[in-house]
Amino acid sequence: MELVPFIIKSIIILVIFGLTLLIAMYSTYGERKVAGFIQDRLGPDRAGPWGLLQPLADAGKMFFKEDFIPAQANKWLFIAGPCVAMLTALMASAVIPFGDTIIYDGVEVAVQAVEANVGILYIFGIVSLGVYGLMIGGWASNNKFSLLGAIRAASQNISYEVAMGMSIVAIIMISESLSIGDIVAQQHGGNWNIWYQPLGFIIFLTCAFAECNRTPFDLPECETELVGGYHTEYSSMKLGFYLFAEYINMFVSSAVISALYFGGYNYPGMDWVAGALTDAFGTVAGHNVATLIGTAVFFGKSLFGVFFYMWVRWTLPRFRYDQLMNLGWKALIPLAMFNIVVTGLAVIFIEPALTAMLK
Amino acid sequence: MTLAEKIYLPAIATGMAITIKHFFQKKVTIRYPEVKRYLGPVFRGRHVLKRDEQGRERCTACGLCAVACPAEAIQIVAEERKKGEEHLYREEKYAAIYEVNMLRCIFCGLCEEACPKQAVYLRHDEFVPVFTERDQVIWGKDLLTENMNNRYLRKAWTKEEAREQNLIEAKGEAAEFVPRAIP
Repeated sequence: MELVPFIIKSIIILVIFGLTLLIAMYSTYGERKVAGFIQDRLGPDRAGPWGLLQPLADAGKMFFKEDFIPAQANKWLFIAGPCVAMLTALMASAVIPFGDTIIYDGVEVAVQAVEANVGILYIFGIVSLGVYGLMIGGWASNNKFSLLGAIRAASQNISYEVAMGMSIVAIIMISESLSIGDIVAQQHGGNWNIWYQPLGFIIFLTCAFAECNRTPFDLPECETELVGGYHTEYSSMKLGFYLFAEYINMFVSSAVISALYFGGYNYPGMDWVAGALTDAFGTVAGHNVATLIGTAVFFGKSLFGVFFYMWVRWTLPRFRYDQLMNLGWKALIPLAMFNIVVTGLAVIFIEPALTAMLK
Repeated sequence: MTLAEKIYLPAIATGMAITIKHFFQKKVTIRYPEVKRYLGPVFRGRHVLKRDEQGRERCTACGLCAVACPAEAIQIVAEERKKGEEHLYREEKYAAIYEVNMLRCIFCGLCEEACPKQAVYLRHDEFVPVFTERDQVIWGKDLLTENMNNRYLRKAWTKEEAREQNLIEAKGEAAEFVPRAIP
């Protein structure tokens, strides 16, 4: 690899990594603010202006707490659990295209850590690995409630992955590519996938909630039944990492949703903006600024997704476990299959007919 | 169940519309230490041993407050007024020691009602401050007797009276101290 693109790529990766951590950090603050506002309260507002230093205070508290490992726990796995959870949460964002391309010194570099032609499969693989973090932690705690929570998390994630994968199949059939970069590029010009896949979107969204262990599917940490779920025995920053991993997962999954269904970095009128910027700053600088605006739009969409997660959490009550399984296996999977069949028919028969008519 | 109820999404949408409406509503929170709300004209707060207009203590150490107190928080030792002390004590007998145990006091206000001399009041505008040490718990006369520079006047006995008083004050006229009974 050449040196210049390597350096640019490294900078992009570091910036995206840092931004992901920052967003996860402020999601904890945002969650409490949103909860407060929805319940007619103010939420945290004592640490710094509007409580903006609250995440720092929380992190400080977490670090100074006693880091306790139960006597009968499997020590190494107990430590490995939060590490795996954090690792898999951070790895998933590698193939997401956060923007178009940046031109520097005649080299064009995509704003994306890795351009993988099997991007979607990679994300699915990593997300399934995320279950190991919970499972290892729950098993190593040597506690019945932890183990029950971990088993719930594992069975729930596996059940909903089926429906999630099937809803993605329909997207892949439309775009004929597994690369997320291609899928986003094809949605250029208001051609967002949500217009073609509303049912698939609802299925994907529901499954994303289940995959992130968020309300209404947060049964793995159901306090009324399981104390704290898989992280009952965890304290200090190990608990912090589990909670942090959940927020990173939230951000990454809303980034995936906005890439797959909401056009990623595409926004209405982006060609006009790019043209105006190129006229004003010249070809290279104009293109780069346009890319940065696209990236900002992408982050805006993802952050709205995170807000949506919180909004749903503070609206809906938790499902019962049998309801959860019924919804997953008896409703979402048949719907996803139906969606695939309909999409297939549309791609084979309706799309050629429409193209012929428009010609 | 109808189809709309079965697919559950319309119900979710309704719920989310309600929560987002609350998201943008005015918040009811009062930021306490900075903003204090008016607790009403007869809120029972910090104890005060009243003096009369000439600065003499009104208490005559009859002990009715101590008898009325359900928590037995009040302790009084009476003393006879000597010659030359008439400017200090209004009655011929006075309380040499008047102590309120703030851990026992339940702020019921029965002492205020029992007092025949209008000497004991629970201020409606001040709290008993938080104490952290054991020797701060029992309040003697040094803390209880009224400071003539910061006299306590109860302006009203009901909400309606308080509203009237506020209207009078808004006009710029001096509010009058309204004792409930003639001392």
